Amino acid sequence: MDLKRGSSSRSAYHLRPALKEGEERRTLSVLVDNESGVLARVIGLFSGRGYNIESLTVAETDHTGHRSRITVVTTGTPMVLEQIKAQLDRMVPVHRVRDLTSEGPSVERELALVKVANTGDHRVESLRVKDAFRASVVDASLESFVFEVTGSPEKIDAFVDLMRPLGLVDVSRTGVAAISRGPDGM
Amino acid sequence: MPSNPKSSTMTGAEIVIKSLIDQGVEVVFGYPGGAVLPIYDELFKQNKIEHVLVRHEQGAAHAAEGYARSTGKPGVVLVTSGPGATNAVTGLQDALMDSIPLICLTGQVPTFMIGNDAFQEADTIGITRPCTKHNWLVKDTDDLAETMHQAFYVATSGRPGPVLIDIPKDVQFASGTYIGPRNIKPSAYQPKLKGDTAAIQAAVELMEGAKRPLFYTGGGVINSGPHASQLLRDLVEATGFPITSTLMGLGSYPASGDKWLGMLGMHGSYEANWAMHDCDVMICVGARFDDRITGRLDAFAPKSKKIHIDIDPSSINKNVRADVPIVGDVGHVLEDMTRIFRSRGAKTNKAGVAKWWEKIDEWRAVKCFDYEGSDTLIKPQFAVERLAEAMKKHGDYYVTTEVGQHQMWAAQYIPFDSPNRWMTSGGLGTMGYGVPAAVGVQIAHRDSLVVDVAGEASFMMTMQEMSTAVQYKLPIKIFILNNERLGMVRQWQQLLHGERYSSSYSEALPDFVKMAEAFGCKGIKCEKPDTLDDAIAEMIAYDGPVIFDCLVEKHENCFPMIPSGKAHNEMLLGSRAGAGDISQAIESDGAVLV
Ligand SMILES: Cc1ncc(C[n+]2csc(CCOP(=O)(O)OP(=O)(O)O)c2C)c(N)n1
Ligand SMILES: [Mg+2]
Repeated sequence: MDLKRGSSSRSAYHLRPALKEGEERRTLSVLVDNESGVLARVIGLFSGRGYNIESLTVAETDHTGHRSRITVVTTGTPMVLEQIKAQLDRMVPVHRVRDLTSEGPSVERELALVKVANTGDHRVESLRVKDAFRASVVDASLESFVFEVTGSPEKIDAFVDLMRPLGLVDVSRTGVAAISRGPDGM
Repeated sequence: MPSNPKSSTMTGAEIVIKSLIDQGVEVVFGYPGGAVLPIYDELFKQNKIEHVLVRHEQGAAHAAEGYARSTGKPGVVLVTSGPGATNAVTGLQDALMDSIPLICLTGQVPTFMIGNDAFQEADTIGITRPCTKHNWLVKDTDDLAETMHQAFYVATSGRPGPVLIDIPKDVQFASGTYIGPRNIKPSAYQPKLKGDTAAIQAAVELMEGAKRPLFYTGGGVINSGPHASQLLRDLVEATGFPITSTLMGLGSYPASGDKWLGMLGMHGSYEANWAMHDCDVMICVGARFDDRITGRLDAFAPKSKKIHIDIDPSSINKNVRADVPIVGDVGHVLEDMTRIFRSRGAKTNKAGVAKWWEKIDEWRAVKCFDYEGSDTLIKPQFAVERLAEAMKKHGDYYVTTEVGQHQMWAAQYIPFDSPNRWMTSGGLGTMGYGVPAAVGVQIAHRDSLVVDVAGEASFMMTMQEMSTAVQYKLPIKIFILNNERLGMVRQWQQLLHGERYSSSYSEALPDFVKMAEAFGCKGIKCEKPDTLDDAIAEMIAYDGPVIFDCLVEKHENCFPMIPSGKAHNEMLLGSRAGAGDISQAIESDGAVLV
């Protein structure tokens, strides 16, 4: 596995790069018509205008109304972040753009499938770490496990980091899904 | 006018034509090919819509832009798949940058062949996604009418722009249900037209106290319609504030008006740029703080509070922070602004503004557009001045341009007293825009004088459209300021690249008079200042297309100029700056800018 090592912590593994000075990280929720090409349109906006994407997830969340919800984690200066929201908001298939980071409290979750190949002490230790992270075993063979772990991106980073010396083989992450706290919908 | 909301069954090709008719379309600019033959067949069978056969699909898009800009109606383009679509791309991006409503219909290979590298297949949707406001691939004839009407809605509402519908050939042949424009679903795209009253009130308060106010207006005023231009004029008169405009906004306030400071920006007037630099309250109306306008951002209007009216929220706070942002349609906002201004007693800081005008008069006295005349050579500025004089005498004129020095001289020396009279490629700076745009303008205004102020190099990019002009009896006048140079490139090389004129010489130029004759146009050549007026009169009097080859001074530079990376108050004046001054004025960090 060739993952970039973050700088800030020794115990937890950080995929998220350190923020540049003056930049902030935001989680945006974008409600779109699930028409063909809508994801290409959103991604094209980010690449064409030089905005960052740290994480992006998308799936249809309203099958009758054909609406999808895109969750995108991005970084930039406050001015650029305002631009990103305005640029998204004016796209024809976009119904709503919400800044979950700045518009009140929200929860973020990510799911990862983590494969380790190990035997002996490493095998026992990886099961202990699994318990500590409330992960579960979704596949097992005599010399491997696939763990499912859910949590904040930081928790998943930490889990992956701990599995590294225990025989980490593969990681598959969903990217962040996020939703605001409290009773209000988008 | 939209009619017949009843639904009925027809072929996809019939739905296309029916939708266009119901949307009030009178003209389509296009070029046929295999993937659009069913639509061409339907065009043949009707006579409500005129089809203008261009000579290159780029020409179709620019002609539609010229048509749209001069009428305020959307322009319609029809081209085939593959090369037809890719040829139209430059025009789409041009329309996107300048907010011109276009509906581009492209043929596509049949749905069952998409993705197989079929003959004349291109991923038109993928290619045009970033250069349209929105685009659609229609895979089912039943969706076609809805998509057609949505396309008109999206192109013309909010900040206008180009849209594209890709229609596979089997969808054109198959039958589907037609619905009228009034029966479409509401779109997720609902731009905000009314400005926030509290923000408008805050803007009026700033305006009331302003000592050095300035209106800075742009293409958004023109896009909002003639009503918005009228409201702007009224507000300028009511406040007594000076006004400048971007290249795209010329004509929204009359050039003959006494509050007019001329265009601002890189080649704008001395008084407009200095006023911009020194103003204390800037009222930006439908402009977007483009880099040609602002110059060095950190030195841009440093003492000013900025009010920014724009229908596109993404234009606000993009380059320059607005103190009072107002999202809304220019016409709506100006109406509310004028009402609030009047209801509060139409107060302004009269003494402060009077002193501001004294300052402005000092800048005006510099006469920044003066140039050294000549008895032997035609100075390009002189040529444009004489052309402007003749056009004024004639009345009822429209001007298009190509891109280069001639474009800037046209903007500087030709006065526009009403909107929709000036079509130029501002955002994209597309050489070759002017000839097809003139075709589009003349189609819409058959009896008016339509002149393309051209450079010889730009003209050669789309000159094949002269053949279109001849076919449709469009008496467009191509007024070439022939300096035998890619003049603007040469100017930058002189000023920034040590006078190394790398490929900026127009080598092997054709004989434009003979070329005109070969096309079936009139050719006129003029080399001497004293014969110019007569030659221009001859051009205007001729009832047909003319190519006017005006041989001008070859090394004239376009001034005034704000060197790249410099502030407004560091602008250079022609008669006072030599090349040395300018190359020194541009520092290395400015040289990377375009
Ligand atoms: C399609 C395109 N290619 C290249 C350029 C770069 N460019 C800007 S001005 C210019 C020279 C234009 O020459 P001409 O049309 O003769 O006008 P002049 O500046 O001499 O008046 C060039 C090459 C452009 N704007 N558009
Ligand atoms: Mg030239």
